[in-house]
Amino acid sequence: METFLQIYNETYKILLLLVPILVSVALIVWFDRRVWGFVQKRKGPNVVGPFGLFQTLADALKYIFKEIIIPASANKIVFILAPIITMTLALSAWAVIPLSDKMVIADINVGILYIFAISSLSVYGIIMGGWASNSKYPFLGAIRSAAQMVSYEVSIGIIIINVLLCVGSLNLKDIVMAQQNLWFVVPLFPMFVVYFISALAETNRPPFDLPEAEAELVAGYQTEYSGMMYAMFWLGEYANILLLCALGSILFLGGWLSPVDIYPLNAIPGIFWMIFKILILFFMFALIKAIVPRYRYDQLMRLGWKIFLPFSLVYVVLTASFLVYFDLLPK
Amino acid sequence: MIAHALFFYFFSIIAIVSAIFVIVSRNTVHAVFFLILDFISIACLFIMIGAEFLGMMMLIVYVGAVAVLFLFVVMLMNVTEQKLSWFRGTKKTGHIPVGLIIGTVILLELIVIVGGWRYRDSFSETEFLSFNSEFTNTHMIGNVMYTDFIHLFQISGIILLLAMIGAIVLTYRKREGVKTQSYIKQISREREDSVQLKDVEFDKGVKLDD
Repeated sequence: METFLQIYNETYKILLLLVPILVSVALIVWFDRRVWGFVQKRKGPNVVGPFGLFQTLADALKYIFKEIIIPASANKIVFILAPIITMTLALSAWAVIPLSDKMVIADINVGILYIFAISSLSVYGIIMGGWASNSKYPFLGAIRSAAQMVSYEVSIGIIIINVLLCVGSLNLKDIVMAQQNLWFVVPLFPMFVVYFISALAETNRPPFDLPEAEAELVAGYQTEYSGMMYAMFWLGEYANILLLCALGSILFLGGWLSPVDIYPLNAIPGIFWMIFKILILFFMFALIKAIVPRYRYDQLMRLGWKIFLPFSLVYVVLTASFLVYFDLLPK
Repeated sequence: MIAHALFFYFFSIIAIVSAIFVIVSRNTVHAVFFLILDFISIACLFIMIGAEFLGMMMLIVYVGAVAVLFLFVVMLMNVTEQKLSWFRGTKKTGHIPVGLIIGTVILLELIVIVGGWRYRDSFSETEFLSFNSEFTNTHMIGNVMYTDFIHLFQISGIILLLAMIGAIVLTYRKREGVKTQSYIKQISREREDSVQLKDVEFDKGVKLDD
């Protein structure tokens, strides 16, 4: 009986997290398109519902009722598995994200490693989709994307090491609580910039959306997908973007903490600050999508391996020596 | 505790079955996918015995990096369908005798080792490491790795670096006549260098100094 109660409680908690995330993914897609429109002096989606808020729901409805087409020469099992894996991984990483000091499903010791592991797994959804389609454009897109994600993961890993040096724990709550006096964005500002750009590349957002560069590769690994399976890829992609925004606000912007610890600000519940910070980061993602032209593939690789990697490595050495010299290492 | 046991059997059965399928499956890409599944279930087993750091490292290093490389190699070399022609006897190869000899030698060695296996007296009873619950796994591993075993740790790093340099040296060849862009040239291009305004006289050409 006790086990059942526990299972019931956990399911309840998981649903309470998953449903808002799925809804906010829908809203964030609308927000993205809207910002994109405004930057280009268009209106963006504004017809369905108030301000066009239900546009994504209408799109989702359309996707659900569309026929799922599986190419004749495709590897059926892998073809169907790929979008499922993408979406499952993107959602399961949210289990360890603390939205406020009490709102977290799994408060594990190695939270940051868990997120890193899950995001390194998400490349499989793309490779599997590209390979199983048995078609040239998806395969090229998948290979590009895999190379891109693997290389930018390296630089994100080293950026995380920078933050961990200042915290002394792999727990996400500890990382936030270590920023009570000073957000890490101040001492580690260059790392924040590098993190932001790497996050763009990691989630295949413009200007690094080479895997789905429509001028060269039709739609990259998603070319052969239709209906709900395409929608799942796309849901997973946006859930991943939100996840990296959340991770960025936890690592650098003090998570659920208010900017200054004075009365009217710190009375606001932490979750609002968290959501606010995620939205700010996502707003920057959306602006960049509208502003910056797409990179060439060799420029992208050069940026990852020849600039970000050495730079963040040097910054690790600098941070470590600073902490040791002034005896600030966390005990 | 029943739930714990159930999960243990669940993950270990998946691990064993997928390990078998790595060898059995004809399609090499499927074999790599089963290998990944195997890695993941072993990582889950690590996490279940409380070694969460090792489990996560297993996921990041093996699944996130090594298996991706495997997949790349298998997909790009286009060896997806393995024809078992030698097995059916349509093609004569000398692989079977060699394989049999090596297999027998390894089996004999295993028998000798397992047969002569005996725990040291101090190990025959379960002995707990001096475990301080204040520290997490990560702290403990870091402590050991960077103090007692720092030399081994550094040497293994250097060996990996050597392997990397060796692979690059073996495969790198300088090709002549390859046209590449120079980023510095591209970025430092000014308007004056690239645009010229000329007055063109009627019925006469213009000579540009290149």
